[in-house]
Amino acid sequence: MEQVVSMPRIGDQAPAFEAQTTMGTIRFPEDFQGQWVVFFSHPADFTPVCTTEFMGFARLHEEFQKRNVQLLGLSIDSNYSHIAWVMNIKEKLGVDIPFPIVADIDGKVARLYGMLHPGESSTVTVRAVFVIDPNGKIRAIIYYPLSTGRNMREILRLIDALQTADKHGVATPADWVPAPQTWEFTEENTKVIVPPPTTYEDALKRLQEGYECKDWYFCKKKLG
Amino acid sequence: MSMGCVSPDGRLSDRALSFLKLVKERGQILPQEAVQITGRPLFQVRSSLRELTQAGFLKQEGEGYSITEKGLKALEEASAS
Repeated sequence: MEQVVSMPRIGDQAPAFEAQTTMGTIRFPEDFQGQWVVFFSHPADFTPVCTTEFMGFARLHEEFQKRNVQLLGLSIDSNYSHIAWVMNIKEKLGVDIPFPIVADIDGKVARLYGMLHPGESSTVTVRAVFVIDPNGKIRAIIYYPLSTGRNMREILRLIDALQTADKHGVATPADWVPAPQTWEFTEENTKVIVPPPTTYEDALKRLQEGYECKDWYFCKKKLG
Repeated sequence: MSMGCVSPDGRLSDRALSFLKLVKERGQILPQEAVQITGRPLFQVRSSLRELTQAGFLKQEGEGYSITEKGLKALEEASAS
Protein backbone atom coordinates (compact mmCIF):
# COMPACT_ATOMS: atom_id res chain seq x y z
CA MET A 1 0.00 0.00 0.00
CA GLU A 2 1.31 3.44 -0.86
CA GLN A 3 2.25 5.49 2.19
CA VAL A 4 0.63 8.92 2.45
CA VAL A 5 3.11 11.46 3.78
CA SER A 6 1.79 14.61 5.41
CA MET A 7 3.49 17.76 4.11
CA PRO A 8 2.26 20.95 5.74
CA ARG A 9 2.56 23.95 3.46
CA ILE A 10 3.11 27.68 3.85
CA GLY A 11 -0.15 29.27 4.98
CA ASP A 12 -1.39 26.13 6.79
CA GLN A 13 -2.01 26.08 10.52
CA ALA A 14 0.86 24.26 12.25
CA PRO A 15 -0.26 20.68 12.99
CA ALA A 16 -0.89 20.13 16.70
CA PHE A 17 0.93 17.55 18.82
CA GLU A 18 1.92 16.82 22.41
CA ALA A 19 5.45 15.67 23.11
CA GLN A 20 8.18 15.28 25.66
CA THR A 21 11.13 17.66 25.30
CA THR A 22 14.38 18.29 27.15
CA MET A 23 12.57 21.12 28.97
CA GLY A 24 9.33 19.29 29.84
CA THR A 25 6.17 18.28 28.04
CA ILE A 26 4.73 20.66 25.47
CA ARG A 27 1.46 21.09 23.63
CA PHE A 28 2.24 22.51 20.25
CA PRO A 29 1.40 25.13 19.05
CA GLU A 30 -0.88 25.97 22.02
CA ASP A 31 1.93 26.57 24.54
CA PHE A 32 3.74 28.88 22.10
CA GLN A 33 0.80 31.10 21.17
CA GLY A 34 1.86 34.75 20.99
CA GLN A 35 5.44 33.90 19.99
CA TRP A 36 7.16 33.14 16.74
CA VAL A 37 8.62 29.62 16.62
CA VAL A 38 11.52 28.27 14.60
CA PHE A 39 10.73 24.54 14.68
CA PHE A 40 13.62 22.63 13.16
CA SER A 41 14.60 19.01 12.74
CA HIS A 42 18.08 17.54 12.72
CA PRO A 43 19.04 14.01 11.62
CA ALA A 44 20.33 12.63 14.91
CA ASP A 45 21.95 13.37 18.25
CA PHE A 46 25.72 12.87 18.58
CA THR A 47 26.33 13.69 14.93
CA PRO A 48 28.83 16.37 13.97
CA VAL A 49 26.94 18.61 11.53
CA CYS A 50 23.97 18.74 13.91
CA THR A 51 26.28 19.68 16.77
CA THR A 52 27.63 22.64 14.78
CA GLU A 53 24.05 23.69 14.01
CA PHE A 54 23.01 23.52 17.66
CA MET A 55 26.01 25.59 18.63
CA GLY A 56 25.06 28.07 15.92
CA PHE A 57 21.48 28.33 17.20
CA ALA A 58 22.75 28.67 20.78
CA ARG A 59 25.09 31.51 19.74
CA LEU A 60 22.19 33.44 18.21
CA HIS A 61 19.66 32.53 20.90
CA GLU A 62 19.56 36.06 22.33
CA GLU A 63 18.97 37.52 18.87
CA PHE A 64 16.03 35.16 18.39
CA GLN A 65 14.70 36.10 21.85
CA LYS A 66 14.86 39.82 20.97
CA ARG A 67 12.56 39.04 18.04
CA ASN A 68 10.09 37.09 20.25
CA VAL A 69 11.17 33.81 18.66
CA GLN A 70 11.28 30.49 20.51
CA LEU A 71 13.59 27.85 19.04
CA LEU A 72 12.38 24.25 19.11
CA GLY A 73 14.46 21.29 17.88
CA LEU A 74 13.43 17.74 16.99
CA SER A 75 14.97 14.44 16.00
CA ILE A 76 13.92 10.81 16.06
CA ASP A 77 15.76 10.13 19.30
CA SER A 78 14.79 9.55 22.93
CA ASN A 79 14.70 12.27 25.55
CA TYR A 80 17.60 10.52 27.34
CA SER A 81 19.66 10.69 24.15
CA HIS A 82 18.83 14.40 23.75
CA ILE A 83 19.83 15.11 27.35
CA ALA A 84 23.07 13.12 27.04
CA TRP A 85 23.96 14.98 23.83
CA VAL A 86 23.16 18.42 25.29
CA MET A 87 25.32 17.56 28.31
CA ASN A 88 28.09 16.38 25.97
CA ILE A 89 27.97 19.69 24.08
CA LYS A 90 28.21 21.55 27.38
CA GLU A 91 31.09 19.39 28.60
CA LYS A 92 33.17 19.16 25.42
CA LEU A 93 32.38 22.49 23.76
CA GLY A 94 31.34 24.70 26.67
CA VAL A 95 28.02 25.65 25.04
CA ASP A 96 24.64 25.59 26.80
CA ILE A 97 21.69 24.62 24.61
CA PRO A 98 19.01 26.99 25.90
CA PHE A 99 16.01 25.71 23.93
CA PRO A 100 13.93 22.49 24.06
CA ILE A 101 14.38 19.47 21.79
CA VAL A 102 11.38 17.26 21.01
CA ALA A 103 11.92 13.55 21.68
CA ASP A 104 10.22 11.92 18.70
CA ILE A 105 11.36 8.34 19.16
CA ASP A 106 8.45 6.89 17.15
CA GLY A 107 8.77 9.52 14.37
CA LYS A 108 5.13 10.56 14.76
CA VAL A 109 5.80 14.32 14.77
CA ALA A 110 8.40 14.00 12.00
CA ARG A 111 5.81 12.33 9.77
CA LEU A 112 3.16 14.89 10.75
CA TYR A 113 5.47 17.67 9.53
CA GLY A 114 6.91 15.90 6.50
CA MET A 115 10.41 15.93 7.95
CA LEU A 116 11.18 12.41 6.68
CA HIS A 117 12.20 12.39 3.02
CA PRO A 118 12.57 8.72 2.04
CA GLY A 119 14.77 9.52 -0.98
CA GLU A 120 17.31 11.02 1.44
CA SER A 121 16.70 8.72 4.44
CA SER A 122 13.75 6.73 5.73
CA THR A 123 15.02 6.64 9.32
CA VAL A 124 16.33 10.11 10.13
CA THR A 125 14.84 13.54 9.52
CA VAL A 126 16.24 15.96 6.97
CA ARG A 127 17.20 19.46 8.12
CA ALA A 128 13.75 21.05 8.01
CA VAL A 129 12.89 24.50 9.33
CA PHE A 130 9.32 25.63 9.92
CA VAL A 131 8.81 29.29 10.81
CA ILE A 132 5.49 29.58 12.63
CA ASP A 133 3.92 32.92 13.54
CA PRO A 134 2.29 33.94 16.85
CA ASN A 135 -1.10 32.74 15.55
CA GLY A 136 0.22 29.26 14.80
CA LYS A 137 0.37 29.70 11.03
CA ILE A 138 3.28 28.30 9.01
CA ARG A 139 4.96 31.27 7.33
CA ALA A 140 8.09 29.72 5.81
CA ILE A 141 9.63 26.30 5.25
CA ILE A 142 13.24 25.43 4.44
CA TYR A 143 14.69 21.98 3.71
CA TYR A 144 18.38 21.12 3.70
CA PRO A 145 19.86 17.66 3.07
CA LEU A 146 21.70 15.60 5.67
CA SER A 147 25.14 16.61 4.43
CA THR A 148 24.75 20.39 4.59
CA GLY A 149 24.61 22.47 7.75
CA ARG A 150 22.24 25.44 7.71
CA ASN A 151 23.18 29.11 8.00
CA MET A 152 21.59 30.41 11.21
CA ARG A 153 22.00 34.03 10.15
CA GLU A 154 19.85 33.32 7.11
CA ILE A 155 17.12 31.97 9.40
CA LEU A 156 17.40 35.14 11.50
CA ARG A 157 17.24 37.21 8.30
CA LEU A 158 14.09 35.31 7.30
CA ILE A 159 12.47 36.17 10.66
CA ASP A 160 13.43 39.83 10.20
CA ALA A 161 11.96 39.82 6.69
CA LEU A 162 8.66 38.23 7.79
CA GLN A 163 8.27 40.54 10.77
CA THR A 164 9.12 43.60 8.65
CA ALA A 165 6.63 42.55 5.97
CA ASP A 166 3.92 42.13 8.64
CA LYS A 167 4.67 45.40 10.39
CA HIS A 168 4.97 47.65 7.36
CA GLY A 169 2.87 45.87 4.74
CA VAL A 170 5.87 45.54 2.41
CA ALA A 171 7.85 42.80 0.67
CA THR A 172 11.62 42.38 0.90
CA PRO A 173 13.95 41.94 -2.08
CA ALA A 174 16.80 39.47 -2.60
CA ASP A 175 19.56 39.78 -0.02
CA TRP A 176 17.51 42.28 2.02
CA VAL A 177 18.78 42.95 5.53
CA PRO A 178 17.27 45.28 8.17
CA ALA A 179 20.54 47.20 8.55
CA PRO A 180 23.94 47.13 6.82
CA GLN A 181 25.94 44.25 8.26
CA THR A 182 28.79 41.91 7.56
CA TRP A 183 28.37 38.21 8.02
CA GLU A 184 31.71 37.14 9.34
CA PHE A 185 33.23 33.96 7.98
CA THR A 186 36.54 32.90 9.49
CA GLU A 187 39.11 30.22 8.80
CA GLU A 188 37.02 27.94 11.00
CA ASN A 189 34.14 28.17 8.50
CA THR A 190 36.33 26.67 5.75
CA LYS A 191 36.81 23.36 7.55
CA VAL A 192 34.71 20.29 6.73
CA ILE A 193 33.34 17.46 8.87
CA VAL A 194 34.96 14.02 8.85
CA PRO A 195 32.20 11.36 8.72
CA PRO A 196 31.95 9.88 12.22
CA PRO A 197 33.12 6.31 12.86
CA THR A 198 30.43 3.65 12.72
CA THR A 199 32.02 0.98 14.91
CA TYR A 200 33.30 1.01 18.48
CA GLU A 201 36.72 -0.09 17.22
CA ASP A 202 36.96 2.87 14.84
CA ALA A 203 35.63 5.27 17.48
CA LEU A 204 38.46 4.29 19.81
CA LYS A 205 41.00 5.12 17.07
CA ARG A 206 39.40 8.35 15.83
CA LEU A 207 41.09 10.70 18.31
CA GLN A 208 44.52 9.45 17.21
CA GLU A 209 44.00 9.97 13.47
CA GLY A 210 45.27 13.55 13.23
CA TYR A 211 41.96 15.36 12.80
CA GLU A 212 40.80 18.35 14.83
CA CYS A 213 38.43 16.55 17.21
CA LYS A 214 36.15 17.79 19.95
CA ASP A 215 34.96 14.25 20.66
CA TRP A 216 35.01 10.86 18.94
CA TYR A 217 32.01 11.74 16.72
CA PHE A 218 32.94 15.36 16.02
CA CYS A 219 36.12 15.88 13.98
CA LYS A 220 36.99 18.45 11.33
CA LYS A 221 39.73 18.85 8.73
CA LYS A 222 40.91 21.30 6.08
CA LEU A 223 40.57 20.21 2.48
CA GLY A 224 43.55 20.16 0.13
CA MET B 1 4.19 10.69 29.72
CA SER B 2 6.72 12.22 32.10
CA MET B 3 5.86 15.87 32.59
CA GLY B 4 8.64 17.54 34.54
CA CYS B 5 6.60 18.95 37.44
CA VAL B 6 4.86 15.96 39.01
CA SER B 7 6.52 12.53 39.01
CA PRO B 8 4.38 9.41 38.47
CA ASP B 9 4.43 8.75 42.23
CA GLY B 10 3.10 12.26 42.91
CA ARG B 11 6.33 13.94 44.05
CA LEU B 12 6.87 17.55 43.01
CA SER B 13 10.03 18.79 41.28
CA ASP B 14 11.92 21.89 42.39
CA ARG B 15 10.41 23.70 39.42
CA ALA B 16 6.90 22.73 40.55
CA LEU B 17 7.53 23.87 44.11
CA SER B 18 8.94 27.19 42.91
CA PHE B 19 5.78 27.77 40.86
CA LEU B 20 3.52 26.89 43.80
CA LYS B 21 5.46 29.26 46.03
CA LEU B 22 5.21 32.03 43.46
CA VAL B 23 1.46 31.59 42.97
CA LYS B 24 0.92 31.54 46.74
CA GLU B 25 2.91 34.78 47.17
CA ARG B 26 1.05 36.57 44.37
CA GLY B 27 -2.44 35.24 45.19
CA GLN B 28 -3.16 34.91 41.50
CA ILE B 29 -0.82 34.94 38.54
CA LEU B 30 -0.98 35.17 34.77
CA PRO B 31 1.45 33.12 32.63
CA GLN B 32 3.06 36.30 31.24
CA GLU B 33 3.71 37.58 34.78
CA ALA B 34 5.30 34.26 35.71
CA VAL B 35 7.58 34.56 32.66
CA GLN B 36 8.75 38.01 33.76
CA ILE B 37 9.35 36.94 37.36
CA THR B 38 10.97 33.55 36.77
CA GLY B 39 12.78 34.21 33.48
CA ARG B 40 11.53 30.85 32.24
CA PRO B 41 10.26 30.57 28.64
CA LEU B 42 6.54 31.05 28.04
CA PHE B 43 5.92 27.50 26.79
CA GLN B 44 7.46 26.05 29.94
CA VAL B 45 5.43 28.33 32.22
CA ARG B 46 2.22 27.38 30.42
CA SER B 47 2.94 23.64 30.50
CA SER B 48 3.96 23.76 34.18
CA LEU B 49 0.86 25.69 35.24
CA ARG B 50 -1.33 23.32 33.24
CA GLU B 51 0.28 20.24 34.74
CA LEU B 52 -0.02 21.56 38.29
CA THR B 53 -3.68 22.44 37.61
CA GLN B 54 -4.41 18.96 36.24
CA ALA B 55 -2.82 17.45 39.35
CA GLY B 56 -5.02 19.63 41.61
CA PHE B 57 -2.27 21.87 43.07
CA LEU B 58 -3.52 24.99 41.24
CA LYS B 59 -6.84 26.11 39.86
CA GLN B 60 -7.45 28.24 36.79
CA GLU B 61 -9.81 31.20 36.92
CA GLY B 62 -10.05 32.84 33.52
CA GLU B 63 -6.48 33.52 32.40
CA GLY B 64 -5.08 33.45 35.94
CA TYR B 65 -3.97 30.69 38.29
CA SER B 66 -4.32 30.44 42.09
CA ILE B 67 -3.24 27.86 44.63
CA THR B 68 -5.56 25.17 46.05
CA GLU B 69 -5.66 23.57 49.49
CA LYS B 70 -3.72 20.64 48.03
CA GLY B 71 -1.08 23.06 46.75
CA LEU B 72 -0.75 24.78 50.12
CA LYS B 73 -0.42 21.40 51.83
CA ALA B 74 2.30 20.34 49.37
CA LEU B 75 4.26 23.53 50.13
CA GLU B 76 3.95 22.97 53.88
CA GLU B 77 5.15 19.39 53.54
CA ALA B 78 8.08 20.45 51.34
CA SER B 79 9.22 23.13 53.82
CA ALA B 80 8.91 20.66 56.72
CA SER B 81 11.05 18.00 55.04
